This record gives sequence, structure tokens and C-alpha cells, in this order.
Amino acid sequence: MRKKANKGFNECLPGKDMSMGLAKKILEGDIQAAARLLNCIEDEVQGTNEELKELYPYTGKAYVVGLTGSAGVGKSTLINVFIKDLRKKGLTVGVIVIDPTSPFTGGAILGDRLRMQGHSLDQEVFIRSVATRGWKGGLSKATIGMIHVMDALGKDIILVETVGTGQGEIEVSKISDACVIILSPGAGDEVQMMKAGILEVADIFVVNKADKEGAAEVKLKLEGMIYSRSLAASSTLSEWKPKVILTNALGDKGIEELTESVFEHRNFLTATGELEKRRQERARTELMDTIKNSVEKHIYQATSKDAYLEELVNKVASREVDPYTAASKILRTFTPIVMN
Amino acid sequence: MAEGKIRVVMAIPALENHTKGYLTVSGMLRDAGMEVILLGNELPERVVETALQESADVIGISTYCGSPVVFGEDLLEAAEKKNIREKTIFIIGGIFPPEDVPNLIKMGFAGVFPPGPGSRREDIISCIRNAIASKKPN
Repeated sequence: MRKKANKGFNECLPGKDMSMGLAKKILEGDIQAAARLLNCIEDEVQGTNEELKELYPYTGKAYVVGLTGSAGVGKSTLINVFIKDLRKKGLTVGVIVIDPTSPFTGGAILGDRLRMQGHSLDQEVFIRSVATRGWKGGLSKATIGMIHVMDALGKDIILVETVGTGQGEIEVSKISDACVIILSPGAGDEVQMMKAGILEVADIFVVNKADKEGAAEVKLKLEGMIYSRSLAASSTLSEWKPKVILTNALGDKGIEELTESVFEHRNFLTATGELEKRRQERARTELMDTIKNSVEKHIYQATSKDAYLEELVNKVASREVDPYTAASKILRTFTPIVMN
Repeated sequence: MAEGKIRVVMAIPALENHTKGYLTVSGMLRDAGMEVILLGNELPERVVETALQESADVIGISTYCGSPVVFGEDLLEAAEKKNIREKTIFIIGGIFPPEDVPNLIKMGFAGVFPPGPGSRREDIISCIRNAIASKKPN
């Protein structure tokens, strides 16, 4: 077994009053303080919630764009040129790039950022590499908290790049205002595209590597799907028809069109009141997740060295008690949860 | 539940054309449960800016040719300027003259790993773990 890493040292140590004093610095634009708080969120350091509470009233200004797609379609490379275009328009940018944690060792290679190093000295671009740490759905548990920090830091637009996803990882659509799905030629036929999830959550499709053969065909098929879906859609569905954009990120082509589409989609959301609805839903998701996490943590802490639990485990194993009865017995012993 | 992970930024000085050592060591550190942020070829100032944004515990440099002492000086100076020199652990490995080793250590590198004994997987990992433990206030 791997030994627990020795961390939680100087940078995350809370002061006497349990306040790290990071929130105030972040609101003044201190990048280092923001970076530290991101660590604390990931490591679940005590006192982190206090900082987030202080920041929350200052959040909600940034526009969050989620970008997802299979491994190797060019998500990071596309984001690199996307950042460039957003900066040209005078916007400040926060970027959260997520890569998978090894389920065997707990370690991770975070290799998204190296495609974006051209922006490393730009103080208005804050990029953060994140490992999933066992979280499912293409995101990490800390993602929403990290969005809040970048928001409070004053970033106008926050890009969230998921891990290279397969077919069901659509969690990013729940935490973003706009969801961009990136594809590339040669990654399967229309049956792949029809599978649940991908088509429904996309606000904008990007077919990257458009210099490669087959890109136009992918675009056509996607547009066909979107068209037939709109024919079948009931009037209760939003009327936004996802755009399909051809890009060549390495050749810096098609990016302006992507930026325009993101803005156009935003105008649509604002005009129809859909943006407010999405954010309401996001607040609900976050609240429910926070409750769930707190309950889980509480149960984990309360039962980790519990003799009664061990006793019940033995009884369940020997078929003396069924797991359902045992679970309700345990739950009955819980005191109300106090969250820090 | 809460578990602090060691975060490492790995880079190669600009213009050097190799990845073998850098990828091998990055893989070792990942397998030791660390989160390794790959940067590829970079300049000292940009490595430091990245380490700051990533709130990295460790900066690791892989170098084959040229002048680790000069690069090291620039790196540490940039870190000083950005106020992260104290909190960051610096390690360097690769191929360089043996006489550079004491200079690099004196300069402030917690780990210097030229080819040969003393640069094994365990040496690098324990160097990082020990350096982090020694920074932990009591």
C-alpha cells in the first residue's frame, strides 16, 4: 500500500481562527492565493469552506464553457487557440483542464497544459491542471469549487476541459453555461453519434482536424442529426439548434467562428431566459452534491473505526442479518450533521 | 478521505531535444502517487509562473546538454522574484559534469540526479518525500 503523502503543510495550514485569509487576497486579484485555495479544495483541507463562503457572494459573473470529447481529438490544442481569440477580444480567461488519476497508484500525468504554454506569462490567463482523483463523469469533485475561485478572481470566461471522454460523460454540461463537444474525422459513424447523451447536451459541435479527410462528412452527418431531432422535438424543448463548426486548431483555422457561436448562444440563452434557468439548475445540482458529500463524509468518519459496524459486517457476512436491516440500524445511530 | 497529493511540475530547458529521462521520471512519480504536470521545453520564468498557478510542491528539471548551473540560477532567481522559492522543492537530473553537482546542491536544489548510482527511482521519490516532510512545520 502506498503511504499517505506528507502534505497539508505550510501552504494549507489554517490560522488560529481557522481562516486562511485567502479569500480577501483572491478578491484583490492575488493569483498565488487563488492557486493555494485550489489546492485546499482538492485536498479537502479544513477551513476551505470558510474561504469559499466568503467568495461566493462575488461569484456568478463569469461565463462557463465546458469542452468535452474523446481522447486525442485536440481539445487542449483547440483551447489554446480559443484562449488566444478570447484574449484578442479583451476577455480574461480561467481554464480548468482535467486528466485522469490512475486507479492503481493514485498518481496522474497532467498533460493538457503543455499545449497552452504560450499563455504562461499572460497574467490574465489562469490555467489549472486537475486530476480526477477517482471522480466519475469526466470531471473532478473539486471542479465547481474551482470555478467559483476563478470567478471570484475576476475571470470573464472559464473554460473547463474534461478528461478524454467516451460515451456517457456529460457531467460537464451540468456545471457549464455552454457545452462544446469536439469531434474529429475518422472516429465512427452516425450510430456513435446517436448514442444517448452526446447529442442532447451539445450547444456547439466542433469538428477539429478539419484538414483531414472526412471532416465535411462528419459535419454533414451531425447537421442531419440535429435537423431530424429538431423535427421530432416538442415545442417545450429549447429552440437553439447546435452549430457545427469546422476547425483546424493546429493551423489556427475556424476559431473565430467558434468564439462567435459561443457569444451567439449566450445571447440566445439570455434573451430566452434559458441562462437563468440553467444557472438555477446548476445551483440545485451544487447544493444537492454538497449535501451528499457532507453526508458521505460524515458517515465515513463516524463509521471508520466503529465496533458496532464491524459487528454488523460480520453478521451480514455470516447471513445472520441482511444488509438492509443492518444499514438502517447504523443510520439510526447517527447524530445530526454539523458541517464546518 | 482528504488526502494531500504531491504536485510536481516537470520541464526540459528550451531547445534541448530529448524526452526519455523526463518521461521516465514523470512515470515513476505518477506511480508513486504524485500528480505530474508536464510542460515539455520551457524557459525558467515560464516554469515558475506555471508552478505558481499550479501551486506545485516540486519543480523537476531534466537536462542533457549545456548548462544546468546557469539554468538553475535563472530558475531559482525567477522563483525568488515570484515569492515561491521558499515553498518549492527543486530537483534536477540528466547528464552534466560531476563538478556541477555540488554547485547545484549549494544553489538550493534539494535533489541532484546525474547518471549512475544515487539516481535510482527510490532515491528520487524519497528525496521528494523527505524534502516535503522537512518543510512541514511542527
